[in-house]
Amino acid sequence: MLEIVFFYIAATVALVATVMAMTRANAIHALIYLIVSLLAVAVIFFLIGAPFAAALEIVIYAGAIMVLFVFVIMMLNLGEKGDKQERQWLQPSIWAGPAVLSVVLLIELVMVISQTNGPVSVTAVSAKEVGLALFGPYVLAVEIASMLLLAGLVGSFHLGRRYLERDNLEKQGGQ
Amino acid sequence: MSELMPVILSLTILIGGVAGAAILTWFERRLLGVWQDRYGPNRLGPFGIGQVAADMIKLLFKDDWVPPFADRLVFIFAPTAIVVAMMMGFAVVPFAPGMMIIDVNIGLLFFLGMTSLAVYSVLLGGLASNNKYALLGGLRSAAQMVSYEVFMGLSLIGVVMMSGSFSLVDIVEAQTDVWFCFSQILGLIVFIIAGIAESHRLPFDLPEAEHELTAGFHTEYGGMKFAMFMLGEYLGLMLISCMIVTLFFGGWHGPMLIGDWLPPFFWFSSKVFVVICFFVLLRAAIPRPRYDQLMSLGWKVMLPITLVNILVTGAVLLWMEGVA
Repeated sequence: MLEIVFFYIAATVALVATVMAMTRANAIHALIYLIVSLLAVAVIFFLIGAPFAAALEIVIYAGAIMVLFVFVIMMLNLGEKGDKQERQWLQPSIWAGPAVLSVVLLIELVMVISQTNGPVSVTAVSAKEVGLALFGPYVLAVEIASMLLLAGLVGSFHLGRRYLERDNLEKQGGQ
Repeated sequence: MSELMPVILSLTILIGGVAGAAILTWFERRLLGVWQDRYGPNRLGPFGIGQVAADMIKLLFKDDWVPPFADRLVFIFAPTAIVVAMMMGFAVVPFAPGMMIIDVNIGLLFFLGMTSLAVYSVLLGGLASNNKYALLGGLRSAAQMVSYEVFMGLSLIGVVMMSGSFSLVDIVEAQTDVWFCFSQILGLIVFIIAGIAESHRLPFDLPEAEHELTAGFHTEYGGMKFAMFMLGEYLGLMLISCMIVTLFFGGWHGPMLIGDWLPPFFWFSSKVFVVICFFVLLRAAIPRPRYDQLMSLGWKVMLPITLVNILVTGAVLLWMEGVA
């Protein structure tokens, strides 16, 4: 019973935070709401028996990826100009169309969910089982993901290196 | 009793953490004084311990000022984030058998998650101050903490492999005979260095290096908000020390040849005390590196060491399984 109360509280927090994240004009405020939303989703994961996914949600999404987002916003340092631009983009004429289409999808989703019978039984999945699944049946997906990351790594290394070489060339030209 | 334990322990940690951090500010300065051949604060009360009260009164009564150019809400929110995250981190620390707030099977990941959330405090503090020194300090700290978080997580993989669990109780139980500080010596070294970098203390306090960036991310902060940053830093120091003892020095177990003939909490707290003294000694002994040296040390030395550690640990474990 208590779990259901916790679930609805966490779900409400997640929904409100996500809506706030979409409607804030200030990028940093929007990001803070998005972080809160991710933390609420982590609580939901924990409640439905996936503690490992909950921990990863906090460590990876809230703790690393969003930090990089804030980092980029800091580098850009948009300030008031960015807020004004964002407010212009948030006109109803721009978001009305997608919103209507999303509502259609939402109604469909609610109807699909209401047809499945009853709540799914909760079984806690331990970290060990996640690991066995990842390196057992899903090992191909893990390998593909690692290759994608390697490509990203090589790409960023290449971009960084070219800047270095160009700097060196300019220095030599100057001498 | 066992149902009330988490509640009592939470309150104890809440009060004890704040009081411990306050006393630690005095203790650290006295200890630095000893090692640097001077006195440190020794005027107020016995051994100068009244200095703690004096500092607190000064911080409490200071004008609580928010700069007019700052982002007001974020500015006020930032210092609370680090204190909350660090306090939450203590929830999984096993002080003694049965003496912990919660024993989850993802204890170690919970600790990593909380330390990674503490980054926001520094980041948002630097950003909301709307000051270029604070911004640069925040940027530096973000890069430093995100990088060292990687090595911190990777250095613990060896411990998890040897104990076969993320639960901190299981990890301590696995060290009944031999502590992990011998077999996981590489992991221990990397974890200590990453721990200092995560709690951004000297010698890795580049986010707030005074001579370059005035005071880094907390340039604009004063009074209790500044005190919250300091509280978070000392809580982080205590949390990292607790984790080092739990993960590598056998937690509540007594030293190997001496045995467990004293209460478990005594062994735990005395080991934590020694580790904290070690951190203070590091502060007194080692000069601050340059920022690029810090980053290249991380990616070019620490990352390969942790990867080699994982590889060797895995190979040895598989080999031992084959032999047995």
